Amino acid sequence: MDEKIILSVENLDITFKTNAGNIHAIRGVDIKLPQGKTVAIVGESGSGKSVTMKAVTGLLDSNAIINGGKIFYRYEGKVIDLLTLTKKDLRRTINGQNIAMVFQDPMTSLNPTMTIGAQVMEGMLLHKKISKTDARDKALELLNLVGITDAAKRIENYPHQLSGGMRQRVVIAVALASSPKILICDEPTTALDVTIQAGILNLISDLQKSLGLSVIYITHDLGVVAKVADFVNVMYAGKIIETGTVEEIFFDPRHPYTWGLLSAMPDLETDDERLYSIPGSPPNLLHEPKGDAFAARNKFAMKIDEKVEPPMFKISETHSAATWLLHPDAPKVEMPIELRKRIERERLVNSK
Amino acid sequence: MTPLLKVENLHQHFEISRNFTVKAVNGVSFEIYAGETYGLVGESGSGKTTIGRSIIRLYDPTEGKIIFDGKNISGKLNNETNKFLRKNMQMIFQDPMSSLNPRKKVADIIGEGLDIHKLYDSAQEKNKIISEILKKVGLSPAHAERYPNQFSGGQRQRVGIARALVMQPKLIIADECISALDVSIQAQVVNLMKDIQDSTNCAYLFIAHDLSMVKYISDRIGVLHLGYLVETGTTEEIFNNPIHPYTKSLLSAVPIPNPRVEKNRKPLNYDVKANYTAGTMRKIDDGHFVLATDEEFRSWR
Repeated sequence: MDEKIILSVENLDITFKTNAGNIHAIRGVDIKLPQGKTVAIVGESGSGKSVTMKAVTGLLDSNAIINGGKIFYRYEGKVIDLLTLTKKDLRRTINGQNIAMVFQDPMTSLNPTMTIGAQVMEGMLLHKKISKTDARDKALELLNLVGITDAAKRIENYPHQLSGGMRQRVVIAVALASSPKILICDEPTTALDVTIQAGILNLISDLQKSLGLSVIYITHDLGVVAKVADFVNVMYAGKIIETGTVEEIFFDPRHPYTWGLLSAMPDLETDDERLYSIPGSPPNLLHEPKGDAFAARNKFAMKIDEKVEPPMFKISETHSAATWLLHPDAPKVEMPIELRKRIERERLVNSK
Repeated sequence: MTPLLKVENLHQHFEISRNFTVKAVNGVSFEIYAGETYGLVGESGSGKTTIGRSIIRLYDPTEGKIIFDGKNISGKLNNETNKFLRKNMQMIFQDPMSSLNPRKKVADIIGEGLDIHKLYDSAQEKNKIISEILKKVGLSPAHAERYPNQFSGGQRQRVGIARALVMQPKLIIADECISALDVSIQAQVVNLMKDIQDSTNCAYLFIAHDLSMVKYISDRIGVLHLGYLVETGTTEEIFNNPIHPYTKSLLSAVPIPNPRVEKNRKPLNYDVKANYTAGTMRKIDDGHFVLATDEEFRSWR
């Protein structure tokens, strides 16, 4: 594994057993997280973003079967495969101290019967040999760090006494309590207002710089991705279909699904009469898609898309996409003209 | 031109206990004209949804006047006005999973309003109306015999739209009707709403917190904060020439899908310093108003 990569998910494959049948939710996912960088995973609901990260933290539901794949983590100079560890070992050595998670809804991820101070201290007391008074001091420090005003008083508050934005700050403090190396944020701002969202996003990026964290960001909001990410992975139907640096994805997208996602979201300058929309809806993974999972919604789909799943085609050192359009024999297809215009306009904004 | 809906000085208070009243909406006034889309934006708790519900009379307004199509629909409603209101104003709800009765077929959900208002002469005619409306929202007439759980989220929201549309309303209140949907589906629903407006000339009160979508669909926008309408104007005015510091901070916080811009942007902070109770609506331009006191007004301009 490359020196700079701290976490690497390789060819992960997960099936869920349900009453309705087996759902092949993750179909070979590769994600690399470089040390100190932010990687975003974008996709619609049901595309498998959260499941991938749950596999990393060992939080998968009991009906999940891991069919294959490896999750390498660089730990104390060694490289270990997290999937070979038992849940108990994961809890003792990895979760919290090395990999911590911030969940979507701060209303449900905090314990309503514990003071926020106790919740921040809980992880420290479990993982480290530390006295209660020291833990309390550290908790105060953390609450100050995440921008909770009047932390000395707030530490005795219960979650219901705080606003949504403040609660999410507490959740971040809990995640940081055992000084993790990797922070996984699963839609951390989806439940919050835009003004509060901006504050939380800035907080996470400030913390990342000061603590040297590596961050994985799960979101469906491309605006958030543009703000925080260094690298972007676009997920569809349990696969990464395009990966690249944030500039490559936003200014030189190659996969028709990425085109669709970018055009479907109006920016503040969009004044077209109609929004471009991707027709249809995502496939039901109860029935394994044959060929390219996106083919049915793709107006550029070719015959081969219905039969053979496209491999990842490399565009540059960091950029690749899974679409047959990139095959040397494929007809030349350009991105929709509206999107091309918009990207040109966006580039222009930058040069000003 | 007389407005289709005129809301004047609307107050909506909720008495929680003898000592505690939540003042959700305080003196909000705005107008909606036939065939236009008025967007209401604001953070959670700002009273957007409450305003929508007060207008359609799911709540009894505490104070204020609501004139809809020339009729006063505030205060106690008589039978006739009530019927008129229920037929001509319809609502699309936020969550298509919980706003459709799971025990009813789509045909019954859509047909309920038709039954109540006796808008058909024969069962045949009713079926015809329902299949036409289903076609209009992009579903097939065969879907009428299905139950809500057999649809995807986007399709369910289409059923919700069909239910509102079948009454041929003059005003549709769309309360966060796309925020529960995926990005690619959101665009489909917004396009559908635009098409319907073009063909039926109905007006929308579009309540949302996603400013980029509001900008895209609205002709005029009202910005709410803490139950006060702090600024209202045409979409261009609000986005290009915001006056109120709250509007400015809201606009600065909207994430833009452009990494080079977004990486260097710092959102403006807004502390509640403006004195909302003392302020009055002041005219900036034709149709552009801002809530301010004399002093604030001078300093903001």
